[in-house]
Amino acid sequence: MNVFIDAFAWLFAPEQYTGPYGLPTLLAQHLGYTAVSVLVAAAIAFPVGWLIGHTGKGREIAVAISGAARAIPSFGLLVLLVLVLGVVRTPMAAVITFVLLAIPSLLAGAYTGLEAIDRRVIDAARAVGMTEWQIFTRVELRLGLPLLIGGLRSALLQVIATVTIGAYVNIGGLGWPIIQGIPLRRFDQVLGGAIVVAVLALIVDLLMALAQRASVPAGVRAQQAAPTSSPSRRRVASVPA
Amino acid sequence: MFTSRKILAAGVALIATAALTGCGGGGNPLEDPTGDSEVDQSKIVIGSQTYYSNEIVAEIYAQALENAGFEVDRQFNAGQRDAYMPDVESGAITLFPEYTGNLLEYLDPEATATSSDDVYAALQKALPEGLTALDYAEASDQDTYTVLKSFAEEHGLTTIADLSKLKTQPVLGGAPELQERPYGPAGANKVYGVDIGFSATADATLDALLQGQVQVADIYTASPAFQTEEIVALEDPESMILASNVVPIVSKGTAPSISEVINKVSAALSAEDLVNMNVQSTVDKLSTPDIATEWLKEKGLN
Repeated sequence: MNVFIDAFAWLFAPEQYTGPYGLPTLLAQHLGYTAVSVLVAAAIAFPVGWLIGHTGKGREIAVAISGAARAIPSFGLLVLLVLVLGVVRTPMAAVITFVLLAIPSLLAGAYTGLEAIDRRVIDAARAVGMTEWQIFTRVELRLGLPLLIGGLRSALLQVIATVTIGAYVNIGGLGWPIIQGIPLRRFDQVLGGAIVVAVLALIVDLLMALAQRASVPAGVRAQQAAPTSSPSRRRVASVPA
Repeated sequence: MFTSRKILAAGVALIATAALTGCGGGGNPLEDPTGDSEVDQSKIVIGSQTYYSNEIVAEIYAQALENAGFEVDRQFNAGQRDAYMPDVESGAITLFPEYTGNLLEYLDPEATATSSDDVYAALQKALPEGLTALDYAEASDQDTYTVLKSFAEEHGLTTIADLSKLKTQPVLGGAPELQERPYGPAGANKVYGVDIGFSATADATLDALLQGQVQVADIYTASPAFQTEEIVALEDPESMILASNVVPIVSKGTAPSISEVINKVSAALSAEDLVNMNVQSTVDKLSTPDIATEWLKEKGLN
């Protein structure tokens, strides 16, 4: 328990809040890299995911590619990219690494969001004369939003956790106290840094969970609430059908 | 059917025996620390870090001892200090090439010695009960404040103190922990009155220096870069930087028998030799045993 007390002592020491390696600077770097990487990844993954979800084509390829991308070890990729691109372009190497990390979750969120919509709803929209673009923007986008935000939520969480390794290649971030602390055997600092990353991840996850709940359209929520009030009867009724 | 079962039984018995003897052989030295090292004095167990330069020195020790008629067991690639020190302390590894300053820093983080002799004396005191350090070599693997040769000529830099002549604040690149070391930016300011920034360039320190991202870089003295690149280490007349000479760490029981052979090696191992051998390993891609054999021949120690 002693090391936990030391870690909190380290966290609240005034010298942790000033200078180029102070926690506010590190937090800003951490959030900056997270935001930029997830935005770039979203700009790539969302349109592709929507296209797959809307047309129902290319799903297998997307699943295969994003599945393979999940297997890439981020640390190895980061070091490789720094070697290939050179030390001058380290921030670019870092962003590419985090973008590749974020794409699978975002892609899955985008196309499963559209796929999960009841086909009858889309058929109805088509029947009342909506164009494909109107179906996409007015029906699919709205109804797919909760799963899309779910994908965004897991991408953000993974990127926040992984930006930690960026300190190895001199881009700062909250991994710095950990990476500096290990060779110095200052475990209060290492644990302190880890606590900050964990708290940041929990806060972001909580905010995203709230956003996910808020994004469910009112009509869908009413529909979802009805069967849960009498689950047993619904199950009995649905089995013979 | 019967025969195959018999063979199987024999196989199982064989594996069991091997496992049992294996356990006995490997377990004993571990359970039996430094006290009775008479157990197997003839066989010298030599370890090395997972670091090519350290392995070259270990291989030199191994070949020198073999040439002197000792039986040697090479346990190279034993990881980093945290991983192998318990085995060195227990006597499972009897000889290990180490670095005075870095080992002292590990054993006694509060130590203040910085010059080669002071560090060596402090290290002897700080070593655990069953261990001793034989003579240290001139060769070292310690931190430096290194600049490009062209930069040094342009601004007339020879010592670290000269960095204060620069009009713009120079930036020092190095491992993340350098920022907190007594010879980091704060130390340079205290000892030499130099105002210097810091950038944690880590593994890319040399590239960062060559590409001009930092003006000063912490390149270790044994780095092949001192031969392959146009760089120069600034002098440190005040011994601000922790000296870290190559030093053999030996179990006390083994020390008397091998000290003569190993001390001769240490006496011959110069700083240039170590850099040379590191270049042979990284640039010329020669094998570690070949490099060691060649060096021993050159020094007349074979």
